[in-house]
Amino acid sequence: MRGRPDLSVLLDGVEVCVCAGSGGVGKTTTAAAIALGLAVSGKRVAVITIDPARRLADSLGLPQLGNAELRVDPARFAQAGVAVEGELWALMLDPKQTFDGVVERYAPDAASREAILSNPIYKQLSSAVAGSQEYMAMERLYELHERGGFDVLVLDTPPANNALDFLDAPGRLLRFIDSRSLQIFLAPGRTGLRVFGAGAGVAMSVLERITGIDLLRDLSDFFRSFGSMIDGFQDRAQHVNDLLRDQRTSFLLVTTPRSGAVEEAFELRAALAERGIAFSGTIANRTVERSASGSPDEVAGELAPLVGADLAARVGAALADQWALGEHDRATLERLGEDGFPVIEVPHLDQEVHDIAGLAAVNRYLFPD
Amino acid sequence: MGKGGTGKSTVAAALGLAAVRTGRRVLICEIAGRRQVWDALAGGAAADPYTETELVPGLHAVSIDPESALEEYLRSQLPSRALFELLRRSRMFQYLVAAAPGARELLTIGKVWETAQLDRPWTEAERRYDLVVVDAPATGHGLALLNAPRTFGEIARVGRIRRQAGKIDSFLRDRQNCGVIAVSLCEELPVSETVEFAQRLREEMALELELIVANALLPDRFGEQDAAALRSVDGAARSPIARNGISAALREHSRAGAQRAHLSRLAEHGPITELPQVFAPELGLVELTFLSEVLERAL
Repeated sequence: MRGRPDLSVLLDGVEVCVCAGSGGVGKTTTAAAIALGLAVSGKRVAVITIDPARRLADSLGLPQLGNAELRVDPARFAQAGVAVEGELWALMLDPKQTFDGVVERYAPDAASREAILSNPIYKQLSSAVAGSQEYMAMERLYELHERGGFDVLVLDTPPANNALDFLDAPGRLLRFIDSRSLQIFLAPGRTGLRVFGAGAGVAMSVLERITGIDLLRDLSDFFRSFGSMIDGFQDRAQHVNDLLRDQRTSFLLVTTPRSGAVEEAFELRAALAERGIAFSGTIANRTVERSASGSPDEVAGELAPLVGADLAARVGAALADQWALGEHDRATLERLGEDGFPVIEVPHLDQEVHDIAGLAAVNRYLFPD
Repeated sequence: MGKGGTGKSTVAAALGLAAVRTGRRVLICEIAGRRQVWDALAGGAAADPYTETELVPGLHAVSIDPESALEEYLRSQLPSRALFELLRRSRMFQYLVAAAPGARELLTIGKVWETAQLDRPWTEAERRYDLVVVDAPATGHGLALLNAPRTFGEIARVGRIRRQAGKIDSFLRDRQNCGVIAVSLCEELPVSETVEFAQRLREEMALELELIVANALLPDRFGEQDAAALRSVDGAARSPIARNGISAALREHSRAGAQRAHLSRLAEHGPITELPQVFAPELGLVELTFLSEVLERAL
């Protein structure tokens, strides 16, 4: 018989663990629990997260924002009664600050740096919710991995419209920045028009009419400033891509057994396969167990003499509702495990998880041994 | 609006069904390639979710695709078809819209605005809706969507796009036209996110939440006395069967209590409507109709 799936086995030798999944499935909590679990076993771990719940951040002793990795004070573990042999570090990503940092790294001189940082298009780009968070999460992940010093990095992917966004958004962003031919095209004097063939001049004037000349000028400036940095960006993007496909990188899908989340999990799995990214397993949160013995009627029957028929019937009804969910969850878990990928189940816990003790409770399921 | 996983699509569909019963023509818009509402209502009908389609008498749905919204927009803006084709085929143009920051959001919210107009400016469609329900993306992205016309207008500064973005922006900020409903579960994280959303909505858009839907509330089946009675019997119950039942009931009681506590936090930020937890694992038309009736009674 195959043993119960255990993350300490699944993540053996892994240096980067990416937690992906749709919103509201407990991704951030799961990422924090995994990081803690690995630290317990003696690893030096950093978790990169976007926007953890305040109570969880407070419990770990982290300020709300800050781009630097901070070590969680070992005294806090002791207080929660959790023995941690390794180290747990956490980093709350500030996408705008990270983006500015990247610009500073690649800008050839101070003048072009300032030109970019003050450009309206750049400001919008770097603070946009969609796209830049994903790109910067990857960027930061790569940076930390390159720098070394941690045994494992755990990445909590940003909340997105669609769980696939974190795979696609960085590419979209790069394609935009890399509109090199666009830059020629938008350059003063329009010397590059020929590149686009006949009709481009007309297209341009139409575009001007719709968007307004200022916008085009900002765009032109933006591309001109970024032109000098694009090689650096692309080089970097290639390295990030390689890292995601590396054997030392592990993708975990986080989901709940509810229908919407499960469908997204399947889509995400297919998308990973399509992109040649290996996937190591699924974590199903908040599953409902279908208790082993006693039908709702039997329960009501046995309880009636003890608490009265009315209350007994209500207890039976509560149990029946749980059974309905439990049965469905069993079927869903089976589907998730159909092609042989491990599924780790974390049942709906009685207490909400927002502190170290809560994370440790989750880890009884993620790291059962 | 609301955190991921709180049941926004379910509430959007139920709201749509409730409005249809009062005789309104309704359109539900899904966003960013989602088709949850569509799937629940279409019951597997293999139509195209990107076209406005009547799925239930009076209730239409569409999943908004920014690319086709752009084509519609351009066609309505350009004097000739030839010019439109020219622009559409131009490589430079494709670059721009595929990736320009905020462009997708602007096109999406622009399309939502368009469907809500009596005289539809981008399409020749005769369709007129009395109510357009938007199943918005999770909080941060949702707010970015509402803010997109203003943000883009600020970038463009002058010109036609700026004027049109301004029009959409004032439409969205006018409570006569547009109301924002938050959907939340009664748990720590979703409630905190809803509270923060209400604050940002006020600060960034000067809007108040019209309604907060507290979703998936557990039934209040057991009072304190019931719980005490069950606890006192726990040891006396001979069989594991009875003990199972008791612990299931007590767990529900304690979770329901925790939900009530979170509910009171929500109530400080807008009028609340409660929706019960539906124990059916997959929500179809039957469950959605049931929820829509609860909503209708509450409204």
